[in-house]
Amino acid sequence: MATTTVASDLATLTRHSLAGLRMLLAFTLVTGLAYPLAMTAVGQVAFPWQANGSLVRSDGAPTTSRSDAVGSALVAQGFTGAEYFHPRPSAGAYDTLASGGSNLGPLNPDLVASIEGRKAAVATEDGVTAADVPPDAVTASASGLDPHISPAYAAIQVERVARARGLSDAAVADLVARHTAGRDLGVLGEARVNVLELNLALDVADLRP
Amino acid sequence: MIGVLTAVLSPVVAAVAQILVLLVLLAAVHLPLGAYLARTYTSPNHLRVERLWYRAVRVDPDAEQRWTTYLMSLLGFSLVSVLFLYGLERLQAHLPWNLGLTGFDPAGAWNSAVSFTTNTNWQWYSGEAAAGHLLQMAGFAVQNFVSASVGMAVAIALVRGFARSGTDARIGNFWSDLTRGVVRVLLPLAAVAAVVLMASGVIQNLDPHTALRTVEGASQHVLGGPVASQEAIKDLGTNGGGFFNANSAHPLENPTPFTNLVEIFLLLLIPFSLPRTFGLMVGDRRQGWAILGVMAGLWAASLALTTWAEMAGPGAAPQAAGAAMEGKETRFGLAASALFAVSTTATSTGSVNSMHDSFTAPGGGMLLFNMLLGEVAPGGVGAGLYGMLVLAVVAVFVAGLMVGRTPEYLGKKIGRPEMTVVALYVLTVPALVLVGTAVSVVVEPGLAGVQDPGPHGLSEVLYAFASAANNNGSAFAGLTSGTPFYEVAQGLAMLAGRFIPIALVLALAGRLASQTTVPATSGTLPTHRPLFAGLLAAVTIVVVGLTFIPVLSLGPVVESLS
Repeated sequence: MATTTVASDLATLTRHSLAGLRMLLAFTLVTGLAYPLAMTAVGQVAFPWQANGSLVRSDGAPTTSRSDAVGSALVAQGFTGAEYFHPRPSAGAYDTLASGGSNLGPLNPDLVASIEGRKAAVATEDGVTAADVPPDAVTASASGLDPHISPAYAAIQVERVARARGLSDAAVADLVARHTAGRDLGVLGEARVNVLELNLALDVADLRP
Repeated sequence: MIGVLTAVLSPVVAAVAQILVLLVLLAAVHLPLGAYLARTYTSPNHLRVERLWYRAVRVDPDAEQRWTTYLMSLLGFSLVSVLFLYGLERLQAHLPWNLGLTGFDPAGAWNSAVSFTTNTNWQWYSGEAAAGHLLQMAGFAVQNFVSASVGMAVAIALVRGFARSGTDARIGNFWSDLTRGVVRVLLPLAAVAAVVLMASGVIQNLDPHTALRTVEGASQHVLGGPVASQEAIKDLGTNGGGFFNANSAHPLENPTPFTNLVEIFLLLLIPFSLPRTFGLMVGDRRQGWAILGVMAGLWAASLALTTWAEMAGPGAAPQAAGAAMEGKETRFGLAASALFAVSTTATSTGSVNSMHDSFTAPGGGMLLFNMLLGEVAPGGVGAGLYGMLVLAVVAVFVAGLMVGRTPEYLGKKIGRPEMTVVALYVLTVPALVLVGTAVSVVVEPGLAGVQDPGPHGLSEVLYAFASAANNNGSAFAGLTSGTPFYEVAQGLAMLAGRFIPIALVLALAGRLASQTTVPATSGTLPTHRPLFAGLLAAVTIVVVGLTFIPVLSLGPVVESLS
């Protein structure tokens, strides 16, 4: 008796699974191929720059050609030169094939130690006191590719960049201000400075007195 | 002018204003969308394209199914979904658009196949290094649509159980519900959302990842992929599986504070609209308002606590840095990160725009608590509503015990068989979470995955099983879960945490649909008043509290106190 029930249940499940398989194949065609390919077509026609990664050339101009590009306006690069603004620390060394954060907990002694170490290094390099180093300068971002820094972190780097380039602080600070975005719609997110765009603008602009 | 305003607004004022913008959008949309959903699932007419569809796949969309048949169809569909996705993952090396990537190993493929089929989207792998474009589209995106539609179907079946009377346990047609959820709801909304995201900078192409020289001459890869189409349904369907490892923290998945708001809106959209659908389908809108009120109240309380914790920034690391910015993006900051984190854990989404493992101890504890609540505030697409309705049955039962009469909800008697099913539902997921955590912290392969020392290590494991069994998918990602032990164990937790509750909900729906509706009398507890809403919220918190207080004390509570 029990075996017959199990057998008939299995037969029922098989029948439903076959119907399910036909459904799944149809869904695969529609939502797995037609939908993403249609969206790709729309993106490539209507928003080619954004859909291809918001790439920029060395003169800061937008491009859709990967061979012309020096990077994406949306992806951090690991600038280290004194003449460039530096991005936030990255848990993945700015490798786009290894995005992510440190995932270290709030009480983790290793994290506390690396924050203290970064703080001392930034203070020395930018000639400020440790208390003036803002939080984003000493913490790894969530993506490891955060393209932005806070206006506060940009401000403490102005003097170093100006000195390395033989420019006035005011000229560099002015360029920073022009590359600072406020909160979206006045209230969303936070104010920020795009590091790659700012650095490319520094390379291009003629700021000599 | 806006720049001046921004500079003037204090962080707290901006945080509150940001939440208000979100609430205004949701308030404007949930009524029409809720009504549209009700029409979608009650209309006797099929669209022309749906008729062609049913003919092509040879199913009868008009056969009213008993709950057992409905469940068989659902399980059959989910079974082939797991097998098909497992096959795609294993055979990736031989598929087009694979970016030269190899197939998943058996344990990893099992984990991911179950993960996407159960609407969990737990990811042990790193998207940009493991999944090619075809697997993302024909594998993961498909399950993002259909697993969300399955969740809605189960919720609607339960609502029909309440709405119908004496129907011989017939609760609808699974194939029709599944198809309509995708064709009439998810696909059109996802397409609109994908266009908005693309316009704002989310990529959408089929190119591989290729190397370029950076300004300082380093090598970096330009990333390619159909990301916007995936991102839209990932959030709308409360799935949460990121195209890239950093998920919605990745600047190519979520480039601006505006897209961030769009993504939060998407993941709350359907869960907050379904109470309206429920109210309309049971013929009493006030019942929907009561459910919505409880969901929104719990969400708001959790949001207030988490935002406060992140902005206060307690703990050694946030104190050393000056703010809890480890694992958060500059463009989002503390407030928009907390808003996303609460919304993704209070639904069953699990996408992240910040790394939850690095949240402050009380903030991270709240995220964990959101999932332990069973994700009912507002919960996953469909899963949130059916979870909350089960708790509503518990609440009327508790009220019935107080006054000594047989409890009723929406005119249906809650007797012993109904309560047996409900009790099993309430016990299933906590048992999976606690047993999974307990086993993992005593066996060697479980302990090997733990990253942080002390109580935070326990929190990482507890978070992982809470996430898996509740089908959330977010992580305290310090835990190394890409090992056979966690891949197999998490897979079992996801599978049992999805389908056992679904089977119980459908059984309950069948019993309710068979009953005749009893008229309300002066002794009936009104279930649309604030009194009942308060009772329901209390039941939700007390059930979870009693279950999880011991383990929460050893993890986040100890951490918050140290």
